[in-house]
Amino acid sequence: MHIEIDEIAKSFGDTTALQPVSLAIPSGALVALLGPSGSGKTTLLRILGGLEYPTSGRVLFDGADSTGLSVQQRRAGFVFQSYALFRHMTVFENIAYGLKARPRKLRPPRAEIARRVAKLLDLIQLPGITDRYPTQLSGGQRQRVALARALAIEPRMLLLDEPFGALDAKVRKELRHGLREIHDATGLTTIFVTHDQDEAMELADLVVVMSMGRIEQVGRPQDIRERPATPFVREFITA
Amino acid sequence: MSETPSSHRPRFRSATEEPAPVRIGLIAFVVLVLAVLVLAPLGVIFSEAFAKGWAAAWKALQSKDLQSAIWLTLVVAAIAVPLNAVFGVAAAWLITKFDFRGKAVLITLIDLPFSVSPVVAGLCLVLMFGANTMVGGWLVAQGMPIVFAIPGIVMATMFVTFPFVARELIPVMIEQGRTEEEAALTLGASGWRTFLTVTLPNIRWALLYGVLLCNARAMGEFGAVAVVSGKIRGKTATMPLAIEMLYNEYLSVAAFSLAGLLTLLALVTLLLKSVLEIRYADQLAATRRH
Repeated sequence: MHIEIDEIAKSFGDTTALQPVSLAIPSGALVALLGPSGSGKTTLLRILGGLEYPTSGRVLFDGADSTGLSVQQRRAGFVFQSYALFRHMTVFENIAYGLKARPRKLRPPRAEIARRVAKLLDLIQLPGITDRYPTQLSGGQRQRVALARALAIEPRMLLLDEPFGALDAKVRKELRHGLREIHDATGLTTIFVTHDQDEAMELADLVVVMSMGRIEQVGRPQDIRERPATPFVREFITA
Repeated sequence: MSETPSSHRPRFRSATEEPAPVRIGLIAFVVLVLAVLVLAPLGVIFSEAFAKGWAAAWKALQSKDLQSAIWLTLVVAAIAVPLNAVFGVAAAWLITKFDFRGKAVLITLIDLPFSVSPVVAGLCLVLMFGANTMVGGWLVAQGMPIVFAIPGIVMATMFVTFPFVARELIPVMIEQGRTEEEAALTLGASGWRTFLTVTLPNIRWALLYGVLLCNARAMGEFGAVAVVSGKIRGKTATMPLAIEMLYNEYLSVAAFSLAGLLTLLALVTLLLKSVLEIRYADQLAATRRH
């Protein structure tokens, strides 16, 4: 799905989280929102997912103004930084949650839900953990279950907030490839937030560098590396 | 440490371990305090109740006034506790999941019943709804008196027990944060479904503790209820009020039998809590923070 951000701004009381920013994300792209903490990248992601409303500006999905769409209507697969798995539900119940929450007419039958959950567990390469609780999983497994849960609703886009932030270096490397593979297999427009320039440069097709609520530069990783547009970008990517 | 330098295998002690005399001393102190302040009075209640035998205690409880007191207490708790559970959940949900102006004032208001004397609370209700006030007079004319009747007793009980559920839930809900609810919303669940399938299961233990505490206090409330009920024997006297009246009339077997029954009701709730805790120990562990 093609996403267009048109002069989106957000302030919380007196503090400005986002200056008016504009950005076009082509359908099927894997995009990194890169910046230090407080740069407004998570706020922008949450606005896309419908978890925050912008103070001004518009969001367009496939050309249609979607600024007023509720979080449920957006159908954005959202992976939270802490994963936010439902702690009282098994892995199966977690992944099936979105399908069971559908209105009766659109809800798949029980057997179909089970089949889809099994398929998603294959996709994240964790078959056979259906009956475990989140507390019984490692950090990397939790991240993948959160990804499967987000994919289960057949989302129109995938939004990930620091998806690798809570993992150790080795697992982080593995899961980067995992995300790339899932992105390529599903073809979903995917946006992830990170403060790690290596991660952004290695994984993304398009990197959006942000600072102080502004977009500093948008470009392919090699372009940003070779031609940083501002002193901030130069300093941040070489740090 | 007591090791001598000559000992070849030094014994390592963990940093949080205390020497034996300190441990034994502390345990003895706690046991002593519990025995004097909790166990001894409990024993006295039952020994006084059965001073003239089981039959006398049983017969005392059969009296019409006592039956009425028992029934009234159960009815009042059955109305006040569920209502306070709903209000408590709503208040805790509001305070922890949303940001709004005047939140600090609301938290203070919820705590108010803890700081206001129950007798004062009861007097406030009498001044608001007494038969000689505008509102109270009108209600009496409609045949629905508040003061010296069950509605007043329920209101007084609710006022006094209002903070229990909310107070129990707020820290738990703050600790759990909002992300699980947000996740449910992004997965397409409505607000109500999110509440039922995510919020409520996550707070059920805190809610249960809150309800049990609320229930114990509701059945035992004396001061506020004493003011609004008018202590009409056989009509508006709850168990605690009846106990006091019987005791003042030197009917000690009846007074202590009723007191014993009230104590048993409290013990049953405690037992219920422990049974549930043991039964669902694994779930309890699973719902703790990751």
